[in-house]
Amino acid sequence: MTDHNKRIPTQHVIGFALSIALTLLAAWTALGSNLSTMWIISSIMILAVIQAGIQLFMFMHVVESDSHNGHVPWNMMFHGAVLAAILVAGSLFVMSFGFTHDHDGENHEQHEQQDSGDHSDMDMEGDGEHEGH
Amino acid sequence: MSSHELKTGPLEYRRQEDQMTILGFWIFLGAEIVLFATLFATYAVLFGRTADSTPPMELFEPGIVLIMTFLLLTSSFTCGLAIHEMRRGNAKALRNWMIITLILGATFLGFEIYEFIHYAHEGATMQSSAYWSAFFTLAGTHGLHVTLGIGWVILLLIQLAKRGLTPKTSRKFFVIGLYWHFLDVVWIFIFTSVYLIGMVV
Repeated sequence: MTDHNKRIPTQHVIGFALSIALTLLAAWTALGSNLSTMWIISSIMILAVIQAGIQLFMFMHVVESDSHNGHVPWNMMFHGAVLAAILVAGSLFVMSFGFTHDHDGENHEQHEQQDSGDHSDMDMEGDGEHEGH
Repeated sequence: MSSHELKTGPLEYRRQEDQMTILGFWIFLGAEIVLFATLFATYAVLFGRTADSTPPMELFEPGIVLIMTFLLLTSSFTCGLAIHEMRRGNAKALRNWMIITLILGATFLGFEIYEFIHYAHEGATMQSSAYWSAFFTLAGTHGLHVTLGIGWVILLLIQLAKRGLTPKTSRKFFVIGLYWHFLDVVWIFIFTSVYLIGMVV
């Protein structure tokens, strides 16, 4: 935070080295390791969050007293991240009911898409009906 | 305005007006997170819905994606160095690091354009399937942000040459710095959830 007069910006160099290492680790986890798909997805997402944190804290100075902006920048980023998690996880959850991958030409996909917007719990019933046909 | 000016600390934080502008930019970045979150959510929901088009697993190549990631990572680092030099009052070093950042950003963009053209030749376009629409919208929106950022930096470099380092130009460079780092944050998630997961699943 107070290193702006130093010639070599240690924080930036460490942040950069960590970012490169984390990127390579994520690439190896996904392409080179023998972990199961679920473990790969969870671990590389965690690595991505750590790397985003490095950008925010070591490069963007999200908390620095000189800014006189208090906790607001940090709060904006945190609430943004929470909203992002709700949007992505919530969409996946809502759309996971009866959203099948078969291409049997039946019109049920459109029908279910409309349903899932408002009452996702109703979809299970709708799905059951279609299977009955 | 000048009566509120501080005598110490980074130039971009000395006037209240500039502090408020930087604060406002953080709020803008919060909104940008949500913008990209909607695109990520759409992509996640439509993942696998490639209809009859080529699946991503056959098109994504680790080599080019890693090169793009390292280009953007390095540009984020050089941009950080530029702001560091700005705080030391070295306008020339600020300019040089910013130009390097620009070159790295433009190279990234070149690779992305090449990648999109390559996919289009292989039959994966915006119109091919729900999956590819979501992919091009997400990656394309990021690419558009990088393009805007490049134009923005060029304009700022002209201002720097004309006006030198003042509280106002410092604040403008600090803001573009935040913007550029933010683009790298978004790319980390595109790299992870689009390319890496696309090559695994």
